[in-house]
Amino acid sequence: MTTDVKDTTQAAPEYIEEKEKPPIATRWARRLAIVSILLAVGLPMISLLVWSFAFRWNYPDLLPSEWSMRAWSYVVDDSSRVLEGLWNSTQAAVLVTILAIIVGLPAARALGQHDFRAKSTVEWILMMPIIVPPLVATMGIHQIFIRMNLTDSLFGVALVHLIPSIPYFILVMASVFANYGTALEETARTLGANRWHVFRYVTFPAISSGLLVASMFTFLISWSQYVTTLLIGGGSFITLPLVLFPFLSGANHSVAAAISLVFVAPAILVLIMTSRQLSRESSVMGGFGKI
Amino acid sequence: MTNVVLKHLSRRFGDHLAVRDLNLEIASGEMVAFLGPSGCGKTTTLRMITGLIQPTSGDVLFDGESVVGIPTERRGAVMVFQKHLLFPTMNVADNVGFGLKMAGVEKPEIARRVDEILELVELPGLGDRKAHELSGGQQQRVALARALVVHPQVLLLDEPLANLDANLRITMRHLIRTIQRELGITAIFVTHDQEEAVMLADRVALMFDGVVQQVGEPNSFYKRPATARVAQFFRNSNFLPGQRTGNVVTTSVGDVEVDPDLVPEGSGHVVLTVRPEEVQPVLDGSTEGNVVPATIESVIYMGSYTQLEARIGDETWNVQTSAAFMPKDGETVMLRLPREHLWIVRDDSSEEGAVAS
Repeated sequence: MTTDVKDTTQAAPEYIEEKEKPPIATRWARRLAIVSILLAVGLPMISLLVWSFAFRWNYPDLLPSEWSMRAWSYVVDDSSRVLEGLWNSTQAAVLVTILAIIVGLPAARALGQHDFRAKSTVEWILMMPIIVPPLVATMGIHQIFIRMNLTDSLFGVALVHLIPSIPYFILVMASVFANYGTALEETARTLGANRWHVFRYVTFPAISSGLLVASMFTFLISWSQYVTTLLIGGGSFITLPLVLFPFLSGANHSVAAAISLVFVAPAILVLIMTSRQLSRESSVMGGFGKI
Repeated sequence: MTNVVLKHLSRRFGDHLAVRDLNLEIASGEMVAFLGPSGCGKTTTLRMITGLIQPTSGDVLFDGESVVGIPTERRGAVMVFQKHLLFPTMNVADNVGFGLKMAGVEKPEIARRVDEILELVELPGLGDRKAHELSGGQQQRVALARALVVHPQVLLLDEPLANLDANLRITMRHLIRTIQRELGITAIFVTHDQEEAVMLADRVALMFDGVVQQVGEPNSFYKRPATARVAQFFRNSNFLPGQRTGNVVTTSVGDVEVDPDLVPEGSGHVVLTVRPEEVQPVLDGSTEGNVVPATIESVIYMGSYTQLEARIGDETWNVQTSAAFMPKDGETVMLRLPREHLWIVRDDSSEEGAVAS
């Protein structure tokens, strides 16, 4: 019997698929795409960088005629509140991300892996913050937050930032969960893993890169909130966009450019840190097919 | 190893009764197949045995002890799924050693047993590979090794071969069967493929609509199908109704005699059946021994045999005869329904739309 099996194994060899190099045209198209993206993202940044050091930069000149550190010394000065805004923005974004994970992960799992009554209604409600302008929702919430003493505080701002960010977090994670399914966890259970071990060894490694990307979205959405922060923060909780906004409409381009750079730096940092996951985990981006 | 008893097992999903009062005893070391079309409740049954879902009523016993209250991870009923086979973030050795790690086995001991079991599934030395570097068949073997290495009480396989191509499936069938016998493990698997059930299992339990229709050795489904629907699932749709008196059944095409040693006693309305390969054309003009006239409706030459569609009374029969027998369409031939292959099925065709496989 055993020899029998060996014979058939040899008769039906099993091949391991080899990854082929894409054709030359595809490779060049890919390079072209990368260069265009770099130009589109990079050129405005260079312009901002030059502006932030410019003292005088008149129309026909290719480069400023006079340079200065004035804008940057203003940025680091306490009176500008830029550093305070940077610190507050960071706190708020981190807190929002943590809250999104706590609230959103179980919800995403339920939506991605289970069928239940009114599932489509729940999905629809989740989309609401994307459809309804945040201003409308925040006006109502403002009243309630005043009563609950949540205004003018980090926690209140973080809570209100959850409204626009949680739909993205849940949709991304729901598609990660849907893609990964339940069979692996069930296999692990039958092999003797308790719920904690299943999460630790099977679920978490499988969703971690998706979680990183979803957290990045959440962080960045919170980072760029303006109206909601203004209303709930009530002017006493200052974030970077609040500092930046008056300068954008004002005449001082140098300061606006410098603050803008401070504003986009974390975003770019986060993007670079997660780019490997973004390009590798195609299922992570699948969530946007649902929107 | 372990004997498994399913007692009045039922499972309801909302209004739908997925499994209805299932009773089955699976002997230690036996391999049983739950066979049936998709949605018949076979996978639900398997999942109740693992504890991944709870029965609505009834009991599951391992060696006489109820396991219904015991969580999945402590039951020792290891399941192998048809897809999502391996943990993607682990290499082969970590996959196979997972169950042992969960059981708190020491690392050197895990390594030793993993090597040993990889040898058994004929994948020695592949421990360092990542799951995605393996072919479908190799992944299947690793999944099997991962289940076997923990010495499960019961091995449960959910359509284990459905995703493999035909050649590989045959190889894997042999492998599963050999190892299961060698280790004497009690194994239960689920399949919709009646050939697979027949080839692998000691006994088959055929399920339709959440109800076990027939349990028995594989050949009983060919020789003694309980109902017309069971016969049809095993590719026999040759039925002939008649009135039974003693051992003689009067049909629209004449009297036919049944063997009282084979067929249970009874009288009144019955449905006769003979498997397509057992119906014999009569060439010598003899009318002795259950010879009935039939009109040929189609003839297909299949190389090693001839496939006929023949009208007997109001019924259309399929007949497989030797390739030498080539009647013409519309021709009337004489067919013998051999007494030793004649069987009576319960007529359930009117109960629920008869399902052809």
